[in-house]
Amino acid sequence: MKVTFPHMGNLWICLEAMLEYLGVETVVPPPSTKKTLSLGSKHAPEFACMPLKLNLGNFMEASDLGADTILMAGGCGPCRFGYYAQVEYEILCDLGYRYSLVVMEPPERHISEFLARIRQITGNRSWLEVIRGIKFGYQKARAVDGLEMTAMRLRPREIDPGSTDAALSAALEEIAGARRPEDLPPAIGRAREIMGGVPVEDRPVIRVGLVGEIYTVLEPFANLEIEKKLGRLGVEVDRSIYLSEWINDHLFMGLIRGMRSSSLYKKSASPYLRHFVGGHGLETMGGAVYYNSLGYDGVIQILPFTCMPEIVAQSILPGFSRDTGMPVITLISDEQSGDAGLQTRIEAFVDLLAEKKRRKEWSA
Amino acid sequence: MTVKIGIPRSLLFYYYYPLWKTFFEGLGAEVTVTGPSTKAVLEEGLGLCVDEACLPVKVAFGHVAALRGKVDFIFVPRLVSVFPREYICPKFLGFPDMVRSCVGGLPGLIDININLYRREKDLYRQLREAASPFCRNPLRIAAAFGEALAEHRRFTERLEAGMLPDDAFGDREVAGGKPGGENWTVALVGHPYNIYDSFINLNIIKRIREARMNVVTADNVPGPVVDRYAGTLSKRLFWTLGRRMVGSAYYFMDNPAIDGIIHVASFACGPDSMTGELIQRRARRTGTPFLSLTLDEHAGEAGIVTRIEAFLDMVAMKSELSTLS
Ligand code: SF4
Ligand code: SF4
Repeated sequence: MKVTFPHMGNLWICLEAMLEYLGVETVVPPPSTKKTLSLGSKHAPEFACMPLKLNLGNFMEASDLGADTILMAGGCGPCRFGYYAQVEYEILCDLGYRYSLVVMEPPERHISEFLARIRQITGNRSWLEVIRGIKFGYQKARAVDGLEMTAMRLRPREIDPGSTDAALSAALEEIAGARRPEDLPPAIGRAREIMGGVPVEDRPVIRVGLVGEIYTVLEPFANLEIEKKLGRLGVEVDRSIYLSEWINDHLFMGLIRGMRSSSLYKKSASPYLRHFVGGHGLETMGGAVYYNSLGYDGVIQILPFTCMPEIVAQSILPGFSRDTGMPVITLISDEQSGDAGLQTRIEAFVDLLAEKKRRKEWSA
Repeated sequence: MTVKIGIPRSLLFYYYYPLWKTFFEGLGAEVTVTGPSTKAVLEEGLGLCVDEACLPVKVAFGHVAALRGKVDFIFVPRLVSVFPREYICPKFLGFPDMVRSCVGGLPGLIDININLYRREKDLYRQLREAASPFCRNPLRIAAAFGEALAEHRRFTERLEAGMLPDDAFGDREVAGGKPGGENWTVALVGHPYNIYDSFINLNIIKRIREARMNVVTADNVPGPVVDRYAGTLSKRLFWTLGRRMVGSAYYFMDNPAIDGIIHVASFACGPDSMTGELIQRRARRTGTPFLSLTLDEHAGEAGIVTRIEAFLDMVAMKSELSTLS
C-alpha cells in the first residue's frame, strides 16, 4: 500500500510525518503546478471549486509515482468539501485509475470510529502509537505555522529582498526532515535560528489581514503567492486561519481545545453574519471585524471561483467596509487568474492603504 | 390592523408556499406574494447582488426588493436545514444576512432560522418565533401550525400524484398534470427554483409540453423511491435538494417510461457541480438520453431553446426507433 493525499500548502509535511511514523509508505504528490491544475480541470466538473480540481490533478500525478491509496478528509456539509472524495473517486474510476479510498469522516458517535479509519491504513499499530503519530503530525503543523508567522513579520522588514523566503524554505526543510518525534524540537530550534538570521530593519509597515477560503489562503500556488507579493510591498500579513487549526478541525475533529477559534470569529461576525454558512465564511466575516478592532490597515478576502460560503461573506463585506471605513478587497482565484493582474490589483490596494495611513497620521 | 407579510416568489417558495401562507393566514395576517419573475425583477436583483452569486439568488434579491414599501414584514427565513442531518446550500444559510446587507429600504424582516438538522419536531418552535412579531397567542399559533402542516401534506401528495407546484398550489384538479397523457415523457431534474420559474428557465416546461411530451420532475417521485436510489451512493448526500435530484435521476434512468432527462443547473452553482456530475456520469454509463442546461443571466436565449428542441427531437426519434426493434 502506498498512500497519497492532496496538497494544501504545507499540509504534506504533517501528513507525511504522521504516516511514516506509523510505518505507512507515503507518496507525496509533486507540488501543484499549472500542469496539475490543467489535468484536474480537464476531468473535473466545470463549476467544481478549484481545490477539487487541484486534488484531482494531485491524485493523477501521484498515481504516476506509484500511489495506490488516497487518504482524504470528509465532512457533513453544507459545503462541497464533504463530498469531494466521492466525486473525485468517481472521476478517477471512470478514467481507469485503480485507487482505494480512505476518507476520514467526522465520527457520527464516537472518536473511536475515527481511530478505526486511521487503522484501515496503519494496520495493527497500537492505539498509543497511532495517537503518537497524530500528535507528531500536529506538532509539525504548529511548527510550520510558527515559521510562516515569522516570515510574514520579516518580509516587509527584510534588508535583502527575498532573504526571508530563502530562509523560510530552509527552515521548513528542517521541519520536514525530522523523522522521529524526538528529532522535532532540535529541528524547530535550527529552523528558528535560520529565521533569526534574516537581516531586518525597523520600518513602518502596513498591516493587512488575509481572510477567505482556507485552501486558497494556505496554498501559495492557488493564491499566486500573495503573502510573498504583499510582503515585498511592505505589508505585514496575518491570516484568519492556519494549518494547525484546519488539521485540528478536520483531522482531529476538534480534539485540541482552546485555539483562537471559531468562538472568537463567531462573536465578531455576529453584527453582520449570524450563522455559520459552511467552509470558513463565518471566519472570514469575523476575521474582518477582528482585524478592524486590532487597527489593521486593510483586509483582503481570497476565494476560489464559485466558493459558496465566501460568496456569502463577499456579499456582506462591502456593508462592513461602509460602516467601519475599513478597506476591503476580494480576490477570486480561478484557472485564468494571472500573476500580472493580481500584482496590479494588490499594488493599487496597498497604495490606497498607504495613502490612507499617511493622511491619518498627518491629521493626528 | 391586519399585518401584511410578503413572501418572495423565489428559492424554496416552490416547496413551502402552502405551508407558510396557511400558517400566516391562520394567524390573521394578510399574505402577499410577488408576481412571477420578470426581466425587471432580475435587473433589480442584479443591481443589488454581487456578481459572483448564482442566478436564483440574484432573482430572489429582486423579489425581496419588489416587496419594499408594500408590506409590514418580508418573510426570508434562514433555511438551514429542512430535514434531519441535511442542509440546503451555504447561500441559504447566509441569505437573510446578504439581504440585510445589500438591499436598502427594507421593512421588517422575519428571518427566523428553520433548522431541522436535529429533528423535524423543532419546526413548531421555530415557526412560533416567526409569529412572534405580531401574534403571541399560543392557541392560535398551535391551530395555525396544525392547518399549515395539513396543507403542506396535501400539497406534497398532489406533487407525488404527478402535479407540478403551480397546479398543486391551488385546488384545481388538473388533467394532463399526470404522466401518461402523451407518448413520451421527459424528466426534468434541477433545483425547484430553476425548473419551476419559467422566466429563469425560458419556459422549459411549456416547451416540453408543446412538443407533446409529458413532464415529470424530481418532486413527482415519492420519498421512499428517492431514498432507495439515493441510498446506492457510497456516502449519504447531505444536500436535501441534491439528494432528491440524484435519487430521482437514478430512478428515472432505471424507469423505461422515461425517455430522456434534462438536467437544469445554475451557472457556478456549488451543489449542482457535484450532484450534476454524479448524474451525468451515471447517465453516460446507462446510455440515457441526457441534456444538461446551465442557466445564467448572460445565456443566450436562442442557443438554449435550440438545444432543448434538438434534444426533444432526439428523444422522440430514439424512442420511435426503439419500438421498431
Ligand atoms: S469552502 Fe469553497 S472552495 Fe472549499 S469546498 Fe466549499 S465551496 Fe469549495
Ligand atoms: S444550490 Fe446552487 S443555485 Fe441554489 S443557492 Fe446554492 S449555489 Fe445557488
